[in-house]
Amino acid sequence: MFTTLFRITKAGCLNFWRNRWLSSVAYIIMTLAIFGITSLLLVNVLIGSLTANLEDKIDVSVYFNLDVPEEEILKARSDLVRLAEVRSVEYVSTENALKEFKEKHKDNVVLMQSLEELDSNPLEASLNIKAQQASQYETIVSFFDQGNYNEIIDKINYMENKAVIARLASITRGIRQIGFIVLLVLAVLAVLVTFNTIRLTIYSARREIKVMKLVGADNWFVRGPFIVEGVIYGLIAAVITLFVMYPLLWYLSPKITAYLPGTDLFYFFQKNIISLFLLQIGIGVFLGAISSYVAIRRYLTA
Amino acid sequence: MIEFKQVSKIYSPNCQALDGINLVISENEFVSIAGRSGAGKSTLIKLFIREELPSHGRIFWKGQDICQIKDNHLPIWRRRIGMIFQDFRLLNEKTAYENIAFAMEVSGREEDEVERDTSQLLKLVGLLDRAEHFPSQLSGGEKQRIAIARALAHRPEVLVADEPTGNLDLLHTWEIVKLLIKINELGTTVILSTHDREIINGLDKRVVTLEKGRIIKDDEKGKYILF
Repeated sequence: MFTTLFRITKAGCLNFWRNRWLSSVAYIIMTLAIFGITSLLLVNVLIGSLTANLEDKIDVSVYFNLDVPEEEILKARSDLVRLAEVRSVEYVSTENALKEFKEKHKDNVVLMQSLEELDSNPLEASLNIKAQQASQYETIVSFFDQGNYNEIIDKINYMENKAVIARLASITRGIRQIGFIVLLVLAVLAVLVTFNTIRLTIYSARREIKVMKLVGADNWFVRGPFIVEGVIYGLIAAVITLFVMYPLLWYLSPKITAYLPGTDLFYFFQKNIISLFLLQIGIGVFLGAISSYVAIRRYLTA
Repeated sequence: MIEFKQVSKIYSPNCQALDGINLVISENEFVSIAGRSGAGKSTLIKLFIREELPSHGRIFWKGQDICQIKDNHLPIWRRRIGMIFQDFRLLNEKTAYENIAFAMEVSGREEDEVERDTSQLLKLVGLLDRAEHFPSQLSGGEKQRIAIARALAHRPEVLVADEPTGNLDLLHTWEIVKLLIKINELGTTVILSTHDREIINGLDKRVVTLEKGRIIKDDEKGKYILF
């Protein structure tokens, strides 16, 4: 068993070396495939952080009547936090609201003067709510339909922004879905091209396969070295991809960040380099081994 | 030992390669299958090595119907016969040594045994100095000798040779034939298919002559007959 395994592995390595021209075509194609799949994955990460940025800009503010005591608002806040859809709730007291208002409009003299005319603070306390996903605001807002909230709430700006939020939610969902579909389609293409390349290398060896069978080799003894070769293609392709991708991202990432602030692909790549590399090896080895296994089947009959 | 019983092979309605073949070959016999191209010699051999199945009839070896052998048992069956072909069928990506060793490796023989036997076989066919050469670096005669060495690697009970000298010049042809005679004398049954009159006349052994898929002559000490 061990001897056979050793012989198969040795034969696979020897074949790889002796057919190095054909082998190099196979692993270069595979490098392109793995490079493509990894790039698409990174683009999806980019889309993810972009949509997250976009979603972060959406929030809903609930304004409470001026006479509502602070404890009641804080109680509503702690109830809200318990909802699964809620990501964060920020309490803005009347004083803070006034401070923010003054800060925002400090250059507007008329507004400032008219504010000073008033003897009390006209701004209401509010809760700024952010949802986990843009599509969940409807559910969160419906929370305020229950109990006595109707009496203490002045307005919810969701009603005003409903159309915009819905639009944003559908856009972010759309981007995510399209990104995923593109990833899937291109990944399938990459897999098919790799499979065909390996099929060609096996096709070129079909005569030898027949001879091996006539000499009394069983299927695993014939198939094994080809699978080993496929695995070597995968390993080499994964290593090349990593060595090409590292400097490329180091160079491109700051440029991407300049266009799309809040994204840092190189950081993501560095942080996940081991799992990405393992993923690349996994894709390569799996693709190589399965392609060889499937491609050789038709030549193994009798 | 080997028995063909009413064996026919029909590739298509107007292409019948073999027609009702009855043939018995005993142990340690040297049998030449003679006939023109297209007479059915190669088909007969393909059926025996189970590269193809007969359309009708059965083939027995030591009482076992070889048509009943399951696909996953074929490798074991093939290790009991040695084969050589007109086009050598060596593995081009392997050296002469590796080609012979491969035949032993497939049956899981130990490494030191493989090394010892391969060297002995190379010596037997006189090509020990060519061990590290690839088939593309060998002459036709040398390739066929390597193929014979490989065929003997399993220590087969039968050696089947399908036009083994078809691609060789006269000198190399006799080298190969002498080698086959020697192998037969060492106790292996040899089935030689050929259309070469010189070989058949020089052998003075049993000759089975095929014509249009039928056996038309079977002589203990045959000569080549002009059809």
